[in-house]
Amino acid sequence: MLKRLSLVAAITSVFVLAACGSSSAVPAETELTVFAAASLTGTFTELGKQFEAAHPGTKVTFNFGSSATLAQQITQGAPADVFAAASPATMKTVADAGLAGTQTVFVKNKLEIAVPPDNPAKVENLKDLTDPKVKVALCAAQVPCGAAAVRALGAAGIEVTPVTLEQDVKATLTKVELGEVDAALVYRTDVIASAGKVSGIPFPEADQAVNDYPIATLKDASPLAQQFVDLVLSPQGEDVLTKAGFEAP
Amino acid sequence: MRSRVPWLLVVPAVLGMAFLVLPLAGLLVRAPWSTLPQRLSEPQVLEALRLSLVTASVATAVCLVLGVPLAWLLARTDFPGRRLLRALVTVPLVLPPVVGGVALLLVLGRRGLVGQWLESAFGFSLPFTTAGVVVAEAFVAMPFLVIAVEGALRAADVRYEEAAATLGASRFTVFRRVTLPLVAPGVLAGAVLCWARALGEFGATITFAGNFPGRTQTMPLAVYLALETEPEAAIVLSLVLLAVSVLILVALRDRWVGAAA
Repeated sequence: MLKRLSLVAAITSVFVLAACGSSSAVPAETELTVFAAASLTGTFTELGKQFEAAHPGTKVTFNFGSSATLAQQITQGAPADVFAAASPATMKTVADAGLAGTQTVFVKNKLEIAVPPDNPAKVENLKDLTDPKVKVALCAAQVPCGAAAVRALGAAGIEVTPVTLEQDVKATLTKVELGEVDAALVYRTDVIASAGKVSGIPFPEADQAVNDYPIATLKDASPLAQQFVDLVLSPQGEDVLTKAGFEAP
Repeated sequence: MRSRVPWLLVVPAVLGMAFLVLPLAGLLVRAPWSTLPQRLSEPQVLEALRLSLVTASVATAVCLVLGVPLAWLLARTDFPGRRLLRALVTVPLVLPPVVGGVALLLVLGRRGLVGQWLESAFGFSLPFTTAGVVVAEAFVAMPFLVIAVEGALRAADVRYEEAAATLGASRFTVFRRVTLPLVAPGVLAGAVLCWARALGEFGATITFAGNFPGRTQTMPLAVYLALETEPEAAIVLSLVLLAVSVLILVALRDRWVGAAA
């Protein structure tokens, strides 16, 4: 009995201490919630840290995911201050619901052919993907990277029969990293983020399938939301984004 | 006193039921009933449904062939490391299915431990094939069968088996003629759980077998992708999958109950 009592006392004191700690160390912390496309995970996390450093007492929370899913979460009432989407179509879902402020395109992303570093199928250009012996992974047409792939292949007048239509660009990239496919169409930023696990081959038709990334503050957003958007649009923000392989609009 | 309803049990029971049933009601309320017939006649829907039913059934058959003997081994024999093996068998239950899919790729993929040998010896690789879907579903669903059958075996009276053995039956004959009929209800229950789990399988399937209409795109995969652009279509697909699985399970149940009575 005594043992149990002392355990309860110990646990209680931990909670009390924790409560004291959080209330005294960070007075009146404001929170900013940013919903951003999965492809922005690395860059926006870094920009979030810069923003927190410039605005002491502010905590930036991110929700990264498929732009379409995020757009649905926002229209269903998820609390968010800023939305950065990987396609104008997904931003439109939010704007049509009357929830988005002014939209600005802040970066563009282009497709590249991703191949395993040893390039077993000797892929050199988009035409090589039509060879039935080359296993190709594409994103499903329902997600932005798949829509871009359809446009690029259409612009080149090429028909590719993939072995799989993946649910997002990271899953597509994983299939190349594991060597399960010989080639895939993914974003340039994903090739760079893979840090050598795949090699990228640029192709000219990618220019006809550029993905615009719009950003907007949302309805009833905190006043800090516009400042975060300003940071993303600033030269400082552009620097972080272009280093990751994005192109300025 | 005895006939009074114990509220301490009824209240949580009703809450639990509401928790499980309300989301289903949400689907029914939001379903676009007017466009339902048109969506159902889309060839892609039927293709995905057919693929789901075929792969889940084949996966269940695979699980029965491999899982029942495995359950017997765990319940009726004693060997060092048996408890560890039992824990390992249930790993797919706790493993996030997507991780299970990656694990399967690392073993059976084109560059996997076993897969590269398959590829060089037979020029055959499992990922992105319908057989790959069956492998992914069986991997995730088999523990349900093994646990159900093992439980039934442990609950069964061993004396019947011992009597058969003293009358001269070999161990395999005992298994086939005594043990199996004795635990048949457990095997059936396990098979139903296994089939249902395989039918709803998403993570391991899309990771290991990919997503291609007619070859590896099962209903859950079609639902997920429809959700990206057309939430209403996703609801329709989910309802189709639900209705078909409930129909099949009810039909099978009636047959078993009828046979037993």
